[in-house]
Amino acid sequence: MTKELIKGNEAVVKAAILAGCRSFYGYPITPASEITEAAARYFPLAGGTFLQAESEIASINMVYGAAAAGERTMTASSGPGISLMQEGISYLAGSELPCVIVDITRGGPGLGNIAPEQSDYHQVVKGGGHGNYRTIVLAPNSVQEMCDLTFLAFDLADKYRNPAIVMTDGFIGQMMEPVEFPTTSVEAPARPWAVLGNAETRNNLITSIYMSPDELEAHQRHLEAKYARANRGEELFEAYRTDDAEVITIGYGIVSRILKTAVDQAREMGIKAGLFRPITLWPFPDRQIDIIADWTKSFMVVELSNGQMVDDVRLAVNGRRPVNFYSRGGGNVPTVDELLGQLIKVSEDSYVRENISESEELFWGV
Amino acid sequence: MYVKTYQRAKSFFGEFERKPGDHLTTHYCPGCGHGNLHKYIAEAIDDLGLQDRTIFVNPVGCSVFAYYYMDVGNIQVPHGRAPAAATAIKRAHPDSLVISYQGDGDLAAIGGNEILHAANRGENITVFFINNAIYGMTGGQMAPTTLLGQKTITSPFGRATEREGFPLRVSELLATLEGPTYIERVGLFDNKSRMKARKAVRKALRNQVEGRGFSLVEILSPCPTGWGLTPTESCEWMQEKMVKQFPLGVIKDESASREGWNRYRQVVPAEKLPEILDLTKESTEQFTPTDVPGCYRNPSIKIAGFGGQGLLFLGKLLAEAGMRHAYNVSWIPSYGPEMRGGTANCQVNISTEPIGSPLVSRPSVLIALNRPSLDKFEPEVASGGLIIYDSSLIDRAPERGDVEVIALPATKLADEAGSARAANMVALGAYLGRTNLLDQTGVFKILEKMTKSEDQMAINRRAFDAGARFAMF
Ligand SMILES: Cc1ncc(C[n+]2csc(CCOP(=O)(O)OP(=O)(O)O)c2C)c(N)n1
Ligand code: SF4
Repeated sequence: MTKELIKGNEAVVKAAILAGCRSFYGYPITPASEITEAAARYFPLAGGTFLQAESEIASINMVYGAAAAGERTMTASSGPGISLMQEGISYLAGSELPCVIVDITRGGPGLGNIAPEQSDYHQVVKGGGHGNYRTIVLAPNSVQEMCDLTFLAFDLADKYRNPAIVMTDGFIGQMMEPVEFPTTSVEAPARPWAVLGNAETRNNLITSIYMSPDELEAHQRHLEAKYARANRGEELFEAYRTDDAEVITIGYGIVSRILKTAVDQAREMGIKAGLFRPITLWPFPDRQIDIIADWTKSFMVVELSNGQMVDDVRLAVNGRRPVNFYSRGGGNVPTVDELLGQLIKVSEDSYVRENISESEELFWGV
Repeated sequence: MYVKTYQRAKSFFGEFERKPGDHLTTHYCPGCGHGNLHKYIAEAIDDLGLQDRTIFVNPVGCSVFAYYYMDVGNIQVPHGRAPAAATAIKRAHPDSLVISYQGDGDLAAIGGNEILHAANRGENITVFFINNAIYGMTGGQMAPTTLLGQKTITSPFGRATEREGFPLRVSELLATLEGPTYIERVGLFDNKSRMKARKAVRKALRNQVEGRGFSLVEILSPCPTGWGLTPTESCEWMQEKMVKQFPLGVIKDESASREGWNRYRQVVPAEKLPEILDLTKESTEQFTPTDVPGCYRNPSIKIAGFGGQGLLFLGKLLAEAGMRHAYNVSWIPSYGPEMRGGTANCQVNISTEPIGSPLVSRPSVLIALNRPSLDKFEPEVASGGLIIYDSSLIDRAPERGDVEVIALPATKLADEAGSARAANMVALGAYLGRTNLLDQTGVFKILEKMTKSEDQMAINRRAFDAGARFAMF
């Protein structure tokens, strides 16, 4: 199989089309614009629709319409645009409509900057919109995964009739790596519940309104049961050199790549380090973290945010081991040396809380 | 004719089973205009014979439950966004009859942008815009269409221009656009006006079926509850007050001259997709890895200079060639905070091992094509690494004593080879000439594919050779 050297943002579009997606509605924003640009080129050629919407609010509602009309559909954006989409995402979840949303996270809050961050974790993973709902969140850390997880996102979205979000940072979007694309395309699965404008589906109704408290509660229970199924079965993670690790680092996206190299270098120095990488951020692989907490001495979570995923790690570890947290922000990305330094520290003193005042590090939190 | 009026339309449910409570009366207040309008729409759908093909977009507002009554496909959407959803629905099913049904809060306030753009795109959909000068569902607050002096619960002293501005005439506004085909304002206050409304509803739907583009009918509609009037008083109020602010009649009609607005998609067979997606490259030839001296293996390369010096290209070429020599590779452009000051860089890894961090923070190779790049990245270079710098542009030599340095007059050599812009190729020649990292014939094959003209390729070759000759031991 031949490989293609391709940008992460472009890989998403090709994978989506091969996955049977036939419409893309989006509004440009750096660093996700290449997705919209590639979509503008490829979707019409592939017999689909590309439309540059008037805003992210319009984009997500076009996606809502397309999904309700029974087709595989998607949009892509970054922080501020995802914020504007939140009402629509809540409606999609409430109406049980599958779709794929890609978030190439940039720096915030406010206009922030266009550099890579991981500060959308809360608004994406915890559901930035209103109401009781969940979104499936996949976090690629390579261009190959930008392809593979986009594919998977469409399948999971259909399997659970729910929005699935592919979330990564600007680096993974901008980076080129060799990708092996699937050799054949798939057709979107039939959606007997959708409104297709024909006799068979005339009685179908897509809605998220349930005026009676009992009915709405029943609907919520139905959604919860669905989320519970996803939560015990769809978790994906990578455990690298964790089997005998005394310090286990945890990171996703670009951070996990840097951590991997830092872990290898630490091992060369005789430090028993490992890397645990959540690939699904929701469902979060908490049971797996609980298991490795049996033998590791401490955890070291690294994020390009002020500490968002670390909360989920702490819940998973449940106080059994120290959870150290190291962060960079504003678009700064730690170097391998920087993370190696932190790893060494944690390995010497598994709990570095005491050191905060003496530490000249940018930001240590426990 | 008389009989027909009282016949229930097929597209209108006989019993409202989706409605909680009794299934015979609607949830609308007595004298409300929504019910009438639903019926007119249902009748028109029947006449067109399109019940099965109709997709009704239910807004947020009193008509959120239009699907209690409309026996067609139904999709309920967020407040104000019906035109966006309808756009995508119509594009997914160009042969369906897509109806966007919206109140004045929905369309004229929160959804102002969506209706503007759907109209401007000339989407082949039909919009029914119910103007009742108030927010019905939420209990009678002011709408953008509320009349001057009209009291609502959020304009308790009466709407005043200095506080709330003027009642918005959306139809006139939209009629200034080129996109829409047909816009008419009708009313529901007496038999005559109702007959006109029915006709307009029919025309707006027929236009869509005939592919004539965007049609919108604004319907002045009574809301006795919101207005605090009886149904009869409401009709009088409409006739006396509302039509003064919102004159009835055709506002724009280009139906006769518009055709072919159906946006059908291209039919593309699945087996064509790989080709369309550029996934069947003619040449995916693999090249035999060369014998690379130990110190040059598995390089982490930083290439930096001015934007426009072709350094991103150089990086991509190296990565592509590396990949074709069975190496693992990665390429990252300068991006984010590193992009300041007109300098650009890219980071390339070429390795026999899987690539962990693709970010090159301690390069084993630095190719610096301008002074700021050398200044910035020289300290980062790994001990024992290699620095190649353009000595024709950079007026200082590297200070590091623990690295190998090639002072390469890249721009000068490129100029001699035919174009100063080929300095990147001189650098490539020097790098490969010194390290033997990749097979030169292979690199040229790839370069040929990436180069636009024969002439340019000839220059590239000469530039490469000059660099290689310069750097070879
Ligand atoms: C985002 C959002 N904001 C506000 C509301 C509350 N809301 C529901 S209906 C409505 C106004 C409805 O008025 P209109 O569109 O004129 O329809 P009518 O009820 O008069 O038919 C508002 C403000 C909402 N559902 N969603
Ligand atoms: S509040 Fe007004 S618009 Fe709503 S149902 Fe009653 S009369 Fe009709």
